[in-house]
Amino acid sequence: MTDARTEILSRIRTALGSDAPGPTAAGVVPREYRSAGEHAPGSDVVLALLVDRLEDYKAHVHQVPAADLPGLLADLLGRSAKSQVIGSSDYRSPDVLPTTRESATQESAGRGAVVVPAGLDPAWLSAADVDVHTDSRDAPMSAAELDQVDAVVTAARVAAAETGTIVLDGEPDQGRRAISLVPDVHVCMVRTDQVMQTVPEAVRLLGAEPARPLTWISGPSATSDIELERVEGVHGPRTLHVVLVS
Amino acid sequence: MSTFLGMPAAREGAGPSPQAAPGTLSGIGRPEDPLHWGASFPDAAKAALENGQLRRNLGKATSTIRTKRARVVGEVPDWEALRDAGSAVKTDVLARLPELLEELERNVTARGGVVHWARDAVEANRIVADLVRAKGADEVVKVKSMATQEIGLNEALAEEGIAAVETDLAELIVQLADDMPSHILVPAIHRNRTEIRDIFLERMADAPPDLTDVPRELAMAARSHLRRKFLSAKVAISGANFAVADTGTLAVVESEGNGRMCLTLPETLITVMGIEKLIPTFDDLEVFLQLLPRSSTGERMNPYTSMWTGVTPGDGPQEFHLVLLDNGRTKVLADEAGRSALHCIRCSACLNVCPVYERVGGHAYGSVYPGPIGAILTPQLTGEKSDLPYASTLCGACYEVCPVKIDIPSILVELRAREVSLSGASPETADRVWKAAMKAASFAMADGGRFRRAARVPRLLRAISRNGVIRRLPFPGSLWTRSRDLMEPPQQTFHDWWAEREERR
Repeated sequence: MTDARTEILSRIRTALGSDAPGPTAAGVVPREYRSAGEHAPGSDVVLALLVDRLEDYKAHVHQVPAADLPGLLADLLGRSAKSQVIGSSDYRSPDVLPTTRESATQESAGRGAVVVPAGLDPAWLSAADVDVHTDSRDAPMSAAELDQVDAVVTAARVAAAETGTIVLDGEPDQGRRAISLVPDVHVCMVRTDQVMQTVPEAVRLLGAEPARPLTWISGPSATSDIELERVEGVHGPRTLHVVLVS
Repeated sequence: MSTFLGMPAAREGAGPSPQAAPGTLSGIGRPEDPLHWGASFPDAAKAALENGQLRRNLGKATSTIRTKRARVVGEVPDWEALRDAGSAVKTDVLARLPELLEELERNVTARGGVVHWARDAVEANRIVADLVRAKGADEVVKVKSMATQEIGLNEALAEEGIAAVETDLAELIVQLADDMPSHILVPAIHRNRTEIRDIFLERMADAPPDLTDVPRELAMAARSHLRRKFLSAKVAISGANFAVADTGTLAVVESEGNGRMCLTLPETLITVMGIEKLIPTFDDLEVFLQLLPRSSTGERMNPYTSMWTGVTPGDGPQEFHLVLLDNGRTKVLADEAGRSALHCIRCSACLNVCPVYERVGGHAYGSVYPGPIGAILTPQLTGEKSDLPYASTLCGACYEVCPVKIDIPSILVELRAREVSLSGASPETADRVWKAAMKAASFAMADGGRFRRAARVPRLLRAISRNGVIRRLPFPGSLWTRSRDLMEPPQQTFHDWWAEREERR
C-alpha cells in the first residue's frame, strides 16, 4: 500500500497529465499592479492616510516628537489603569459598556500593571505611574499572568497606510506575540519613517526576514458576526493606541 | 449538444427540509457528510422561500456587505491588475502543485514543523485525533476553518471523547445551536440578534441571565465565555488562508483575535489545509492580502493577520503540525473545465451578490460550501450527481466580483451539460417532446376558432390556484411547476375582452 504522500502527489501528476515526477512549467504572472505608492515613507500624505484609516477602525492615534513620548505614555497608561477592570473574568469594562454594574467598584483598583518587551527603551516609561513587567522569550510571563495586566507597550516593524495596518515581527522591542494579545489595551509606537504607503512595500520589507512570527494589526479586535454590525473588541485588545513618533 | 438550463427534478428520497424550525435550535444537527446533506436544492429552496425571517436576515446582511465591498474596492486604482495577478498566481500554483507542495513541506520541516498528508476526511480526522490524544488533551480550541468543517473534524473528535470548541463568534453561535453554517464568512448570517441572544441563554452555561440582544453585549458574553478556554488550552486547531512555498510560512486572516489566541497561546498547533491553498513566494502575499479583505468583509484590511513559519523558539506553540488535505481536490484538478474552482480563496464575495443565495440562504445548498462557488465545488469534490449547478440564474455577478476571476457561470453551464448527459434523458427524447408541442401549437394557431377555444383553457387553471398562485399542474405541466410557481391566469382572455369592448361601443 502506498503512503498518503506518494499517492496524493501521484494523483496530482495524473490530474495534470504529467505522470512523470519532475518540474512542470511555471506560469507567467502579470504584475501590472502598484508595487509602491507615489508618496515617500513617512511623508505627510502617507501619515495623514494612516491616521485616517486607523481612526476609521476606531483606533486612537497620537502624534508626538520622541521627547514627548514619556509624558504621553504616562497619560495613556494612567488613564487605562483607571478605566479597566483589572484581572476580572468579566470583561465589561466601563469604556466598553458604560452602563454596566461593576464600573464603580473597580474604579479604585490603584496602580495599573503594564507589560513591555525586554528590548523596549525603559526611558519611555520613566514617567508612568504603573507597575512595569518585562517579558522576553527567555523569561516569558504565563498567559494567566498576562491576563492580570492592564496594558502592553510595544514598538512595531512597519506600517501600511492605505490599509491602516501595523506589523509586529517579534523582535526584542516588540516581544512575543502573546503580550500584544492578552492585555486589554495595546499602545503601539510607530516611527514615522516606518510608515509605507502600500501593502506591497510592507510585504517586501518583511520578506527580508519572512520566518519571524508576524502579527498584522488593523485597528482593535472587532467582529461583524451579528447582523454585520461592527463591534470593536472581542478577544484581543479592545483598545488600540497608535503613537506616531517623529 | 444543447444544454438544458432549467431546474431538474427533485432528488429521489430527499430528506426533510433543512430549514430552521421556529425557535432557536435549528433541528439540523450535524450531518454525516458536511459536503452533501439535507433535501435536494429545489425542495430546500422552496422551504427557505417560505421563511420570511430568514429572507429578512439575509437580505439585510448581503445588501450591507455588497455596499461596503463596492466602496472599498472602488478606492483601489489597480484592482483589475491585482485580480489578473491573483488569477495568474493561482493558475501557476496548480500547474506546479507537486513541486510547490514538496517545497512547502521542506521549508516547514526545516523550521521545526511536522507535515502530514491526508487522502480523505477519514484519514485527516484520524491524524488530528491521534495528535490531540498524544498530548493528553480532551478539549481543543479551534479557529474557524472551512477545511475542518468540510471533513467533519469536530464530530470525529467528539467520537474520540475530544471536545472541539469553536471560538469564532459566528461559529460559536452555530455550534451552540446545533446548526450548520450558512455562509462561508459569516456562518450565522441567517440569525438575527434576538435569535442569538436566545441561543446564548439556552446553551451557554455562563451567559449573564440579563443578557440583552445588543451586539456589543453578545460579543462581550462570548469573550468572557471563551477567555478561560483560551488561557488554559493545550492544543489548538486552525485552517490556513495561505501557505507560502518558498518560506514555509502559513497565514491566517481574521478579525476577532480568536485566531491569534489559538495560534499563539497553546503548546501545540495543528493546521489542516487543502493542498490548493499554496502561493509560491512570500511576495505573492502582497496580492492576496489586498484582494481578500476587501472582497470578503468589505474592509481595507481585516483586524488581524497572523503569519508563522514552523516553530519560533520561546514564542508561541512549540509543536506545529501541518496536515495537507486532498479529499477530492485532485478530482477537481483533473477536470480542466472546472479546475479553476481551486483558485478560490474563500472570500464569499460571490455569495453576497448572488440573487439565488440572497433568497434561499446557505442551508438550501446542503454543503459547507454554499452559493455560486459551492455550486461548483461541492459536486466536483464529492464527484456525485448534483442539482447544485442549476442553483443559479447565470447572471454573471459572481464572476464580476471574484477577486481571482473564477468564471463561475461558464463552469456552471458546463456542469449542467454534463448533468443532462448523465441523467439519461437523451437529446433525441427532448427533441421529440419539443416537436410534438410545436405541432400542437401550430394546429391551434392555424385556425381562429381553435385559437380562441385554446386561449380559454388557462382560465380553467383558476380552479386550482390559491391566492393567485398555482403551485402544481397536472402532468405534463408538473414538469414545469416542479421548480417554479405559476401566476394565476387572468379571468378574461384578451380576445374576450376585445369582443366585449367592441360590443359596448
